[in-house]
Amino acid sequence: MYKYDAIDRALVDERVEEFRDQVSRRLSGELSEDQFKPLRLMNGVYLQLHAYMLRVAIPYGVLSAKQLRALADIARRYDRGYGHFTTRQNIQFNWPSLIDIPEILERLADVEMHAIQTSGNCIRNTTMDPFAGAAADEVEDPRPWCELIRQWSTLHPEFTYLPRKFKIAVTGAPSDRAAIRAHDIGLRVVRNDEGETGFEVFAGGGLGRTPRIGVKLTDFVDGRDLLAYLTSILRVYNLAGRRDNLYKARIKILVESMGADAFRDEVEATFAQLRGGVHLTPREEIDRIRSFFPPPLAPANDVAEGSAPSRPGFNRWLLRNVAAHKVNGLASAIISLKPIGGSPGDATADQMDAVAALAEKYAGGEIRVTKEQNLVLPHVPRGYLPKLYDALFDIGLATPNAGEATDIVSCPGLDYCNLANARSIPVAQAISHRLSADGLSDQAGDLTIKISGCINACGHHHIADIGLLGVDKRGEEHYQLTLGGSGTEDAAIGQIVGPGLSGENVPEAVARVVAAYLELRISASEKFSQTLRRTGSEPFKEAVYAH
Amino acid sequence: MMVITANRLNDGRVVYRAESGAWTRALEEAQRFADEVAACSALKSAEADAGAAVGPYLIETDEGAPSGKKIVRETIRLSGPSAGTTKLSVQDANHV
Ligand code: SF4
Repeated sequence: MYKYDAIDRALVDERVEEFRDQVSRRLSGELSEDQFKPLRLMNGVYLQLHAYMLRVAIPYGVLSAKQLRALADIARRYDRGYGHFTTRQNIQFNWPSLIDIPEILERLADVEMHAIQTSGNCIRNTTMDPFAGAAADEVEDPRPWCELIRQWSTLHPEFTYLPRKFKIAVTGAPSDRAAIRAHDIGLRVVRNDEGETGFEVFAGGGLGRTPRIGVKLTDFVDGRDLLAYLTSILRVYNLAGRRDNLYKARIKILVESMGADAFRDEVEATFAQLRGGVHLTPREEIDRIRSFFPPPLAPANDVAEGSAPSRPGFNRWLLRNVAAHKVNGLASAIISLKPIGGSPGDATADQMDAVAALAEKYAGGEIRVTKEQNLVLPHVPRGYLPKLYDALFDIGLATPNAGEATDIVSCPGLDYCNLANARSIPVAQAISHRLSADGLSDQAGDLTIKISGCINACGHHHIADIGLLGVDKRGEEHYQLTLGGSGTEDAAIGQIVGPGLSGENVPEAVARVVAAYLELRISASEKFSQTLRRTGSEPFKEAVYAH
Repeated sequence: MMVITANRLNDGRVVYRAESGAWTRALEEAQRFADEVAACSALKSAEADAGAAVGPYLIETDEGAPSGKKIVRETIRLSGPSAGTTKLSVQDANHV
C-alpha cells in the first residue's frame, strides 16, 4: 500500500488544525451556518436528518488492517458502534457530534486517512476495481495509477471549484468492475503493440437526474501522458461546463450538448498543447509509485492444502464469495455486508476489528471496499479459506450471496439522508427477506438489485438489472422500477417499467420479476439482461403489475 | 398545529422550539402554533437565534405527532431510523 510522504502528512495535519479552528469559531458563534457550511462540506461533514454525517475517503477503496481498526475505533468511540460503507467505496459515520469531528479527523490522520474532497464540486475519491492486483483477468494492477490520480487531484488548485462534482473510475481488466462508463471519466488499462501501458478513456458518464453512459474519447493514451489527458478533459469541462444550472452542470450534459466528436476535438486540442512538460509523469515516478504495490506472492506450500471448515455452508460460500486470483494458490474472498434483512453496507465496530484481524492473519493485511458495499480480502491463500470462512461465520459475515439478488445495493435513503424522497434500507431488507425465503435469490444466481432514495442515485439504481428509485407521491413513498441497467462492459441505463409502486408492493413485485426471469431464461447461464433483451420488457412488465 | 424544528448545533440532534425560546429534544415540550402568522414570526426569531440550532423550519403536527405531507420524514426525525438493526444474530446474519 501507498505510504504518506512528508507532503501528504503535512497537508492532512494542516487541514485537521484548520478545521478544528473553524469548528471552534462556529461553536462560539463567530461563524454563521452560511459561512460554515461550505467549510464543513470541504471536510466531508454533512448535516443529515438526525445528526452530522462524516464521510471518510477510502482511497480507491483500499484499506490496511490498521486503518480498518481505526475506523472501528471511531465507530465505537464517536458513533453508535457501526459505520456504513458506500457505493463510492467510502465509509460514512451517521452520528458524530460536530464538537468531536476535529478529534476524529486527527485519528484518521494518524492512519493516513482524511475526509478531504468527499464533498463539493471537486475531484472525488477514485473508484477502482476492488480486485485490483488480484484479478485473474487483469492487464495490470491499476492501484499505482489510482494513487497517481489521488496525488494529482488532491487540492489541485485548478480543479477545486468545478461546475459540479467529478468522479473518475479505473479498471485494470477487460471486465469492468468499476462501472467506468457510469463515471465522469472512466479509464481502462490497456497495452499497446509495444507492450506499453496506457488507457482507453471514456467521459461523460454519470447517474443522477440525467443518467448517461460515457462515450469513448480515445483508444490509447500513454500512461506517462495520463495526467495531461485528464487535465485536458477537466480543463475543457471547467471552462465550458454550465455553472448557471445545477441540473445541467455535470460533464455528461456538456458532452451531450457539444456532441461527443466536438468534445473530443476540444480535449485533443488541449492535450496537444499540454502533452509533455510538467504534465508528463516520468517512468521513474511511475516505478516509484508502483514500488508501494508489490505483487502478491504465491502461498507457501504448508498453506496450500487447508483443513476442512467446521461451520455449515462453506461450499456455497466458496461458489458465491470467492473469486479467481492471478497467482496460483491465492483467491479473493468477498465479505458480504448484506446479511438477509440487514442494512446494506453496515458493519459494526466489532466486525470491522474482526475483519482487520482476519486480514492480518490470512490475507496480508489488506482489505478492499467495493461499490457493491461489501468488503474483499484480495489475497487469501486457498488453504486458509476454510478457516477464514469459519471465522467470518462466527461474526455474522459469511452470507454466501455475493452478486446475487439479495446482495442489494442501497443508499441510506430517508432513514438518514436529508435529500431523500423515500426510504431505501427497509425496502432492501424486505426484498432480501422475500427473495431468500423461497430460494429465488439462490436460483437466479447473478442478479443485481439497487435502490436509491432519490434522483441523486447514490444507490446506482440506473445500472442494476432491477433498479428502484424512491419518489415522493403527494406525501407517500413510491418506487419507480427500472429494468435492464448495467454498470459492466455492456453498460446500459435501466428503463422505467411503468407507474410507480407503493412501498409495501415492492417486495412482491420484485419477486415476481425474478420468478419471471427464472421461467423465461433459456438456461442458468443466460443472464437477466440477456433474457430481457431476448424477450423484451413486456413479460416482465406483466409480472410487475400482476396482482 | 405547527411546531418549529431544527438540528442542534453542537451534535446535530433533532430539536424542537419551546415557548421559552429554548430548544428541546421532546416534541411534546414544543410550542404549538395554530396560527400561521404567529408561527412565522416565531420562526423568524428562531432563525435569528442561530447559535444553538441549525436550519429551523416549521412542521405540521396533529395530536402531538408529525402529520401532513412530511409525516414519514418527520416521524423518522422524531423516532430515529426505521431500518432494522445491523445487530442481527449470527444465525440470522449468515442465513445458512
Ligand atoms: S440517492 Fe438521494 S436519498 Fe439516497 S443517499 Fe443519495 S441523496 Fe440521499
